[in-house]
Amino acid sequence: MDVKLIVGLEIHVQLATRTKIFCGCRLGFGDPPNSNVCPVCLGMPGVLPVMNRRAYEYSLRTALALNCNIARFTKWDRKSYYYPDLPKNYQISQYDLPLSYDGYLEIPLENSETKKIRIIRAHLEEDAGKNLHEGLPYSRVDLNRTGTPLLEIVTEPDMNSPEECRILAMELQKLVQFLGVSEANMQKGHMRFEPNINLHITDEDGKLYKTPICEVKNLNSFRALERAVAYEKVRQLEEWKQDHTYTIEKFGKQNRGWDDNREETVFQREKEEAHDYRYFPEPDLVPVEVEEVWLDKIKAEMPELPLAMKKRFIDDYGLNDYDASVLTGDSVTAVYFDQAVKAGGPAKRVANLVTQYGLKTANERDCTMDEIGVTRNQTAQLAQLVEEGTVNASAAAAIFEKMMDDDRDPMLIAQEDNLIQQSDAGALEAIVDEVITANPQAVSDFQAGGKKSGKARGFLLGQVMQKTKGQANPQIAGELIDQKLKK
Amino acid sequence: MTLENLTVKQLRDKIGSGDIAAKEVVGQVFELIERRDLQVGAYLSTFQERALAQAEEIDRRIAADEPVGQLAGVPLAIKDNMCTQFGTTTCASKILEKFAAPYNAHVVDKLAEADAIIVGKCNMDEFAMGSSCENSGLKKTVNPWNPQRVPGGSSGGSAAAVAAGMCQAALGSDTGGSIRQPASFCGVVGLKPTYGRVSRYGLVAYGSSLDQIGPLTKNVEDAALLMNIIAGHDQRDSTSVSETIAVVPDYLAELETPLEGLKIGVAREFFDVEGLDPQVEQTIRETLKVYEKMGARLVEVTLPHMKYAIATYYLVATAEASSNLARYDGVHYGHRTEQPKDYLDVYYSSRAQGFGDEVKRRIMLGTYALSAGYYDAYYLKALKVRNLIRQDFEQAFQKADCLMCPTSPEVAFKIGAKIDDPLTMYLSDIYTIAVNLAGIPGISIPCGFNSENLPIGLQILTPAFTEEKLLRIARMFEKETDYHTQKPKFLGHKM
Repeated sequence: MDVKLIVGLEIHVQLATRTKIFCGCRLGFGDPPNSNVCPVCLGMPGVLPVMNRRAYEYSLRTALALNCNIARFTKWDRKSYYYPDLPKNYQISQYDLPLSYDGYLEIPLENSETKKIRIIRAHLEEDAGKNLHEGLPYSRVDLNRTGTPLLEIVTEPDMNSPEECRILAMELQKLVQFLGVSEANMQKGHMRFEPNINLHITDEDGKLYKTPICEVKNLNSFRALERAVAYEKVRQLEEWKQDHTYTIEKFGKQNRGWDDNREETVFQREKEEAHDYRYFPEPDLVPVEVEEVWLDKIKAEMPELPLAMKKRFIDDYGLNDYDASVLTGDSVTAVYFDQAVKAGGPAKRVANLVTQYGLKTANERDCTMDEIGVTRNQTAQLAQLVEEGTVNASAAAAIFEKMMDDDRDPMLIAQEDNLIQQSDAGALEAIVDEVITANPQAVSDFQAGGKKSGKARGFLLGQVMQKTKGQANPQIAGELIDQKLKK
Repeated sequence: MTLENLTVKQLRDKIGSGDIAAKEVVGQVFELIERRDLQVGAYLSTFQERALAQAEEIDRRIAADEPVGQLAGVPLAIKDNMCTQFGTTTCASKILEKFAAPYNAHVVDKLAEADAIIVGKCNMDEFAMGSSCENSGLKKTVNPWNPQRVPGGSSGGSAAAVAAGMCQAALGSDTGGSIRQPASFCGVVGLKPTYGRVSRYGLVAYGSSLDQIGPLTKNVEDAALLMNIIAGHDQRDSTSVSETIAVVPDYLAELETPLEGLKIGVAREFFDVEGLDPQVEQTIRETLKVYEKMGARLVEVTLPHMKYAIATYYLVATAEASSNLARYDGVHYGHRTEQPKDYLDVYYSSRAQGFGDEVKRRIMLGTYALSAGYYDAYYLKALKVRNLIRQDFEQAFQKADCLMCPTSPEVAFKIGAKIDDPLTMYLSDIYTIAVNLAGIPGISIPCGFNSENLPIGLQILTPAFTEEKLLRIARMFEKETDYHTQKPKFLGHKM
């Protein structure tokens, strides 16, 4: 028996425009309910939508990065359904003439292979508000989110494992962040996923069965996405095994919800028979004609994509693949690193500082590289100091940490805290001599050679470091020890 | 001269020169309203205190030689489907009976900038759906010329208010004839501008691709003056035309200049109409002779797809309306049913209680036309026929400068005569309805009376964005006649 998992993904990405898609309300998060609203997004009588040009441009930018065809003529459509979080009781979206179609995104697989996931279409639409059902004997409606611009991206059913789904989702997140079109912060609900999942089962007789396509609604984390897909793979197979009647011919398409607590999908009763959205062209908005001039301008302003940046870090800055990957893992870090190098920091040293100390702190604090308090300039300068040997590794760590709360140049901090490495052999010599004199046992161990020798050398070096309060350049000190004791 | 005999322009000039105080004007107009509106029923709400305060402020500025707007002190009325931040905006519907809009419609702001004084909001057919004002969910309005007759619709209140002298002019809205037909029934001038000429921001939407706001006035000059104030691009309305594409001219500048060698298109299809009252037909033909005497020439044109206009309209308009009225759901504002059984019942009962029969009828029709399996046959087909109708006019305008026909096949009909037969009601829009489908401008001007002294209107049509020419053509006739100066005898001057 052969079981193939087939998954297509629908992703909604919240665009990082300053204002909503059809009105001038600010985009916010966590604001008091119904505080970022106006007559237009509230759907009051007599109001009219006005297209947010930047939302359209961000969409075009993303579509170009996804290698899509850009529609030169596109229109808006009304999608009608009644729900308390949808004030007009229709959503302005795009139906049959989306702004882009037929693209692809290449995703990295575990074994350093890549896979091409085809994109059917990407279009622009407005978000609805939020219904709140908990805590009171009635439901409440918060319309702050209505009118938020959403880019809906629909893939072909090209994914064949839960991991591939997760990887695609993460690559998409990285892409939109690098493009500057979305913050794609999962905690703020900036990306939502709806996988369409079914199985192609070939049984022992060679007959092909297809299970119903199950759409899992509104997953908003990578973890939930991966688990929901994995769960469905098992559930659908079990269901089919019962009597082989769990097929697409019999059941068509099903909607399921994800229960995060119990980690399972749940069948959702259809509100209506295959909802008729009664799509028709939006009469209040004019169609958009994308002229070459506009498209060229957007292409010219396209930010560097993650793969290109990684390649540049390897080729121009001499980083290894691993470091380049880590540094291009998110756009804030990538730009931070790039800017620090451009500010004069030696690339490899900057890379070390960022990966070993910067990202570590950022992860602990659950914030970005830009938010830990160390500027790119500071990092650049510190990297330079390390390169010159002015400070050693442990001193660098201490200075970096201090710079999180201190705006001053690392050199000043180093001086103030006596972290300047003592690299002057002459100055160190006296101390080395002291240490040698004070530790005859270690000296003879070192000179004896063999296993104990390395340990003894380390001990002596440690003593020098201690006496110099960590300021000795360990390399120089080590050389002095070697010089003096090797016969 | 008594207030009601003055046009907007005349009154504006008198106020501006200090001849009469705005406060005095407001006082008089509210006296007229008090005396007459009990019978006419044109107003759903009035703003006496607010009007007086505005008038005092205007008088002060005039006395101090400070600049005032082009309509300073002139009392105007607006149809109750245009949002005002003051009072209520009800659309004559129970579902919005208490709705207080948090913002002004664009045209309301323009009138305020011009220092016009809005004295009240007028009755209408509910959500602008109707041709008689009988579909109002809140009030009955009668025709000032004869209280047994309808004032027309849906801007029936606006037309009646002007005809009865209870304001100097009014704004209405027109989706299938709702300014022009009541203007014709009430013996006043009514202009529907080109689609996109006047901003729809703040106009409660009925048929989004058809709606336009326009003036109802005593004469053509006032219509031109009001157009100067309200026409123009508004960035809050994406369908309002940019002024680089269609400049807003001064509609008054050349108004008195007649058109030399005017070619008037007379469409066969407009006179082949079943139910065209012979007195109406006769009056229109006589009107055309007046134009010929002025040097105009009649040209025969054809509008071959006119017979599909009503069906097309009732698919396009109702489809858009079914969507535009979806927001009245009892959830966010407006009427909500008390004690709903569940959340779905909030929708069902609020709307069942809040909407009148005609509104429900059109929502159902529109929903059907858009539904899966029917969209192609009905809505999509209607859009295609709409294109053909537009082309009919474009072709006709290649042979003629304008088209002329009756505004309505009949004079104001008796109250209750058609209310039980919606289809008959729909058919009375035969002359006006295609104009909204094509988007071109149209005006109705008084051109005579029937044997019962009920007004008859002439409709003139010109190509898109040629209102300046349209008004001049209308003025040509008005100059030669005095139908527009007649006042309804029902009210007389004893009242």
